[in-house]
Amino acid sequence: MNLDWDEFIVTGEPFIHAGQISILLTSLGIIFVLTYFKKWKWLWNEWITSVDHRKIGIMYIIASMLMLIRAGVDALMMRTQLAVPEMPFLGEAQHYNEIFTTHGTIMIIFVATPFLIGLMNVATPLQIGARDVAFPFLNNLSFWTFFWGAMLFNISFVIGGAPDAGWSAYMPLASNDLSPGPGQNFYLLGLQITGIGTLATGINFVVTILKMRAKGMTLMRMPMFTWTTLITSLIIIGAFPILTVALAMQTFDRLWDTAFFTLQDGGMPMMWVNLFWLWGHPEVYIVILPAFGIFSEIITTFARKRLFGYTSMVFAIAAISGLSFLVWVHHFFTMGAGPMVNSFFSISTMAIAVPTGVKIFNWLATLHRGRIRFSVPMVWALGFIPNFTVGGVTGVMLAMAAADYQYHNTYFLVSHFHYVLIAGTIFACFAGTIYWWPKMFGVKLNARLGYWMFWLFMIGFNICFFPQYFLGLDGMPRRIYTYFPEDGWFSLNFISTVGAFMMGIAFVIFVYNIYYSYRYQPREMSGDAWDGRTLEWATSSAVPPHYNFAKIPEVKGQDAFWQMKQEGIDPNDIEEYQDIHMPNNTGTPFVMCVFMFIGGFGLVFHWWPIAIVGAIGIFACMIQRSFSRDDGHIVSAEEVRKEEEGIREGQAHENG
Amino acid sequence: MEREDFPGEETPLEYQTETGEYNIFGFWMFLGAEIVLFSTLFGTYFVLIYRTASSIPPAEVFSIGLVLAMTFTLLTSSFTSGLAIHEMRLGNVTRMMIWIGITLLLGLGFLGMEIYEFVEYASEGATLATSAYWSSFFLLLGTHGLHVAMGVAWFIIILIQVKRRGLTPVTANKTFIASLYWHFLDVIWIFIFTGVYLLRLVIA
Ligand code: HEM
Ligand SMILES: [Cu+2]
Repeated sequence: MNLDWDEFIVTGEPFIHAGQISILLTSLGIIFVLTYFKKWKWLWNEWITSVDHRKIGIMYIIASMLMLIRAGVDALMMRTQLAVPEMPFLGEAQHYNEIFTTHGTIMIIFVATPFLIGLMNVATPLQIGARDVAFPFLNNLSFWTFFWGAMLFNISFVIGGAPDAGWSAYMPLASNDLSPGPGQNFYLLGLQITGIGTLATGINFVVTILKMRAKGMTLMRMPMFTWTTLITSLIIIGAFPILTVALAMQTFDRLWDTAFFTLQDGGMPMMWVNLFWLWGHPEVYIVILPAFGIFSEIITTFARKRLFGYTSMVFAIAAISGLSFLVWVHHFFTMGAGPMVNSFFSISTMAIAVPTGVKIFNWLATLHRGRIRFSVPMVWALGFIPNFTVGGVTGVMLAMAAADYQYHNTYFLVSHFHYVLIAGTIFACFAGTIYWWPKMFGVKLNARLGYWMFWLFMIGFNICFFPQYFLGLDGMPRRIYTYFPEDGWFSLNFISTVGAFMMGIAFVIFVYNIYYSYRYQPREMSGDAWDGRTLEWATSSAVPPHYNFAKIPEVKGQDAFWQMKQEGIDPNDIEEYQDIHMPNNTGTPFVMCVFMFIGGFGLVFHWWPIAIVGAIGIFACMIQRSFSRDDGHIVSAEEVRKEEEGIREGQAHENG
Repeated sequence: MEREDFPGEETPLEYQTETGEYNIFGFWMFLGAEIVLFSTLFGTYFVLIYRTASSIPPAEVFSIGLVLAMTFTLLTSSFTSGLAIHEMRLGNVTRMMIWIGITLLLGLGFLGMEIYEFVEYASEGATLATSAYWSSFFLLLGTHGLHVAMGVAWFIIILIQVKRRGLTPVTANKTFIASLYWHFLDVIWIFIFTGVYLLRLVIA
């Protein structure tokens, strides 16, 4: 690709200039702060190279939140553009196309998925009483593939130009003819790199959960979040390779003129659509099942009851995971598949509503006659149920193939998927983060600010998206950048935009709350911040020391920790301490992923020497890893004892 | 991470550490993902099977002799890698290394033939970019070939490690996993052989 320098750096757009300047300033700011406070070494030793699942989880969460801000700003720009008819805000359609593409892609790939993976990292090993995940090295690698993949995708904004073919990147819209320039290549390679790590995470958690449970933790005693992690991981293993292949084929089409998806030379654009959704629909469940798991944990904890219908919950998620692979055609009912095919996928889609309904019923039954505490995580869980149900019911409406001809690609759809994605996944990300915050950082987030955020977000969310159902029924298509006063869509659009900004403010409150709590909230010493039921609350400290459990607890039933508390057993009452074997930190994954970034960057611009440098670097890291002899280190029984006694003292101090 | 009740006398070397056991189980999961990957490639291949556009049809360029030779080479290499594991279980390091060496040579032979094959097709006008059929053909075969090349590199690295460090639970574990991988590539090849070559030569 022959690009001049002024094409290489995107120029001529005030927004993008502002973006470039802010990126530059932020980077300089970060570099300055780290240098000034001499934090580079700390950052490298304690975080970048860490193989500790909790730290990796925290890094996932922080990075996802940054991505949420980026994609959220995109959303606000789109909503501003649509607030009034013939709005000049974004200038032209092309600009809008780029923004909805990056918004959608980032939200799904770089926010929802990694945010939940972050929470899995924080909670799952603790919930099953394990010291770590099965493959700590791989875990670190997964994080950095996500991070550098996201970076590669994001720089398209300022270098070379952003993709504009929608997050579903349909061919031939995403082909060189209709999406010239490097933008779509950024999409392809950014997702490809991230996908590698997601697959690795899937494998990691399957092995962790199946092989590393504490004594007595049978499958049917596992906490619900662990169950959803397991099933999600299996879906990942089944779905992500499909994406890998599809992305590779589109990359080949764009870079080497193959003919997979172009009508020219016999290719089939429909094959892209099929493959994309064959991954894409299961992906939707990858981001919703862990959310179900989080809400199950929160509801049982704050209703102080066992989960109603535990077994049926397990079967429900298993059923959903199976069905998720059988419904992909519902994303293109109107593309001429024929009545038989459409009927099959219509029915299989509606079938998913059954296990989902079972789950909703079980949550309600758990709440029934519970001693409910309306803590901040709990209000999110309670808000989730009705809102998600609205999204689900409209989903069933969309699943009726014949009716879908009416609302296909209208705002009805936009509203539907935001109702499920936000009320399901994003609420869960917030709820889970607030719930496990004391486990991660040793303080609770401030509750008053928490309620403010909740109400603003919840109300803003409904003000934003509920009107869109009516806009859709009134014929407003999705992905349009402006409309006319005669269309009659003004007032509902305006209301919708107001709601979007309310959500934005709510998020700002959340960020402020993080800062506020860091400064002013009292330390949480007990380790059991919410009077919890599952094992993650059984470790000694608020920020558990690097080995998770001084002594692996023994599990005698569901809600293991709750049971211990009932029986008056203190899991931290340890007579004899033992040596603990832990893995060492490693810089290899980070370096390897930097090379992936370099290689990907080279491919984006067809700069083969750079691509080759990247490839060589990746292989060198693999070889280095294979030869390295790293047996980890031993935390001696003596150290464990000191650490634990220190914690006990701190607790005693706190209690009086 | 060692386990107290572990290893028993009869536990094979590669399973003797907990990490080793996780690695093997994790590798099976990875193979599950690989099956999905190759299934997708086969799926697209079959979707595009008659879409040669106006380019050269496969039956005109496929040469059954070469393909049979490739098949024979790869199948034999799978067998020899099995023998290597057998010797490993018996603790015969040298013999194990010899069998792996033979496996490697056969793998390289296979790759050589495949490269020759691709160059040949290209000279007759069938390349990645000629038509949808040929795109999918080269992607499927190329992905398999790339896997074989990776397997060869991997075996070499392991051989060096065994040579330097002897047969330990760690090196045994690596060898075992690499051999699983090698067998897997063989199985995929059998599908390629029947689904790609035989089908086009016999049926169309
Ligand atoms: C603050 C909350 C959000 C607002 C105001 C918002 C707004 C929007 C708007 C205006 C569009 C473009 C519709 C169109 O023109 O066709 C859109 C598309 C989309 N949004 Fe959001 N969104 C929000 C959050 C999310 C979240 C959390 C997710 C996913 C987890 C998400 C996923 C998507 C997807 C996948 C698309 C489709 C993009 C495409 O058409 O290619 N959004 N959103
Ligand atoms: Cu779907």
